[in-house]
Amino acid sequence: MRLKRVVVTGLGAVSPFGRGSERMFAALEAGESAVSRLESLEAVRGLGTRLAGVVPDVGVADIPRKIRRSMSPMSAYAYLAALEALEQAGVPDAIVTGGRLGVALGSTLGSPETLEEFFRHYIATGGVEQVKAMTFFRIMSHSAATNVAQALGVSGRLIAPSAACSSGCQAIGLGYEAVACGRQDFMLCGGADEYHPLVSGTFDLMLAASTSYNDRPYDAPRPFDAKRDGVVCSEGAGVLLLESLESAERRGAKVLAEILGFASTCDTSSIAAPAPEPIAACMQAALDDAELPAGAIAYVNAHATGTELGDIAESRAIGALFGNGVPVSSLKGHLGHAMAASGALETIAAIQMLRRGFWLPTRNLEEPDERCSGIFLPTKRVEARGTLVVKNSFALGGVNCSLVLGDRDD
Amino acid sequence: MIDSEIIERANAALAEEFELEPARMRPEALFREDLGLDSLDAVDMVVVLEQEFDIKIGKDPAIAGIRSVGDMHAYVLAKKRELEEAS
Repeated sequence: MRLKRVVVTGLGAVSPFGRGSERMFAALEAGESAVSRLESLEAVRGLGTRLAGVVPDVGVADIPRKIRRSMSPMSAYAYLAALEALEQAGVPDAIVTGGRLGVALGSTLGSPETLEEFFRHYIATGGVEQVKAMTFFRIMSHSAATNVAQALGVSGRLIAPSAACSSGCQAIGLGYEAVACGRQDFMLCGGADEYHPLVSGTFDLMLAASTSYNDRPYDAPRPFDAKRDGVVCSEGAGVLLLESLESAERRGAKVLAEILGFASTCDTSSIAAPAPEPIAACMQAALDDAELPAGAIAYVNAHATGTELGDIAESRAIGALFGNGVPVSSLKGHLGHAMAASGALETIAAIQMLRRGFWLPTRNLEEPDERCSGIFLPTKRVEARGTLVVKNSFALGGVNCSLVLGDRDD
Repeated sequence: MIDSEIIERANAALAEEFELEPARMRPEALFREDLGLDSLDAVDMVVVLEQEFDIKIGKDPAIAGIRSVGDMHAYVLAKKRELEEAS
């Protein structure tokens, strides 16, 4: 039950395009690719993919050491994104630290690089001598969430959902519920991840990582395209500031969008491969939460990562619910798959699109796979005929999440 | 290694670890009050010194008595001497 309306008043992004949500959107709008060939992956035996979307220098070294010492890259990205969201929302420090603002921020794992470092030492020496004090604070599953909270002095609730690629979307949903139920007035929500071959290696061994475009990085991934060949992993952090509409009005804050509905469900048909029916059920549950019919939706921002099975399952679910009249696109052709950050970064982009009145197409989608037919997959920018959006994120482990977003006047 | 070399290396290693201007590593500088380090940093100071000088400090209670850069110098010099005498 929703007691309060929940709106978005701040956006923050660190993406493979760099620092800042506007920088990310400018690159998306220009149709740029954030994917590149990582020569360091040559050394990873058995790994077929050489592609990744990595965050360039975004000024992490400028974060004061006392704050930075417990941060792996994902926490640093999340902190920079949170600063941007708070600045845009114009939230004063007294609110940040006052107990009515919380954090919901997820990642796939704690820092894989730090975990690797620890076990390299542990196995080589058989012990924990010479392990530094901050090691575990980077490895904890709630490392990114707590680093953001500690650095900002947040004293409200701290939630760190860990649901792989659904983490960011789920965190926004949990933040929405916390504000809608009146438990918090503000929630900093989103997801963060840092690139490590562990993740692309996992997709690779399941034959779900892109391996045919290693010499043409910009041509992958290719969501919905007939020549797609899998995921390209990337990294970053997306953070949104959610607050109750009454709080935003009281503060005179600019409302960027409203969170109208959320659903999180579990697909138990497989731990790895998504099925259409549970995806459709998740989107329907989010629409029910928003008390909106499918026919009201103007755009679907798909999870679509460019895998064989995932794109087909999502297309079928979208087709079943929305038919072929609603524009559908995935931003992973531009961004790669930023894992836990993807849901938040793509929600930010969806809000930027709904505010500008157009929907961007899927980069690298040239010839849609016939098995993804029955839905409207634009290959050019489409003028928006409404502002209601469904945003999907799905994860290994069967975690499906859907958000319904809109303009505050919807 | 002569004492001044040991002191120089200890200063350089800790300055790098804690991102301090080397000039601030004066013997009278207090780790907590002057250099802004805390108990978590003290854990890492032990690790850095162990690695730099190939010595074993571990959970030596004497570490708690190190308050200034000069105390740290004295501790490391004593440790090195201990090792030399043992060998």
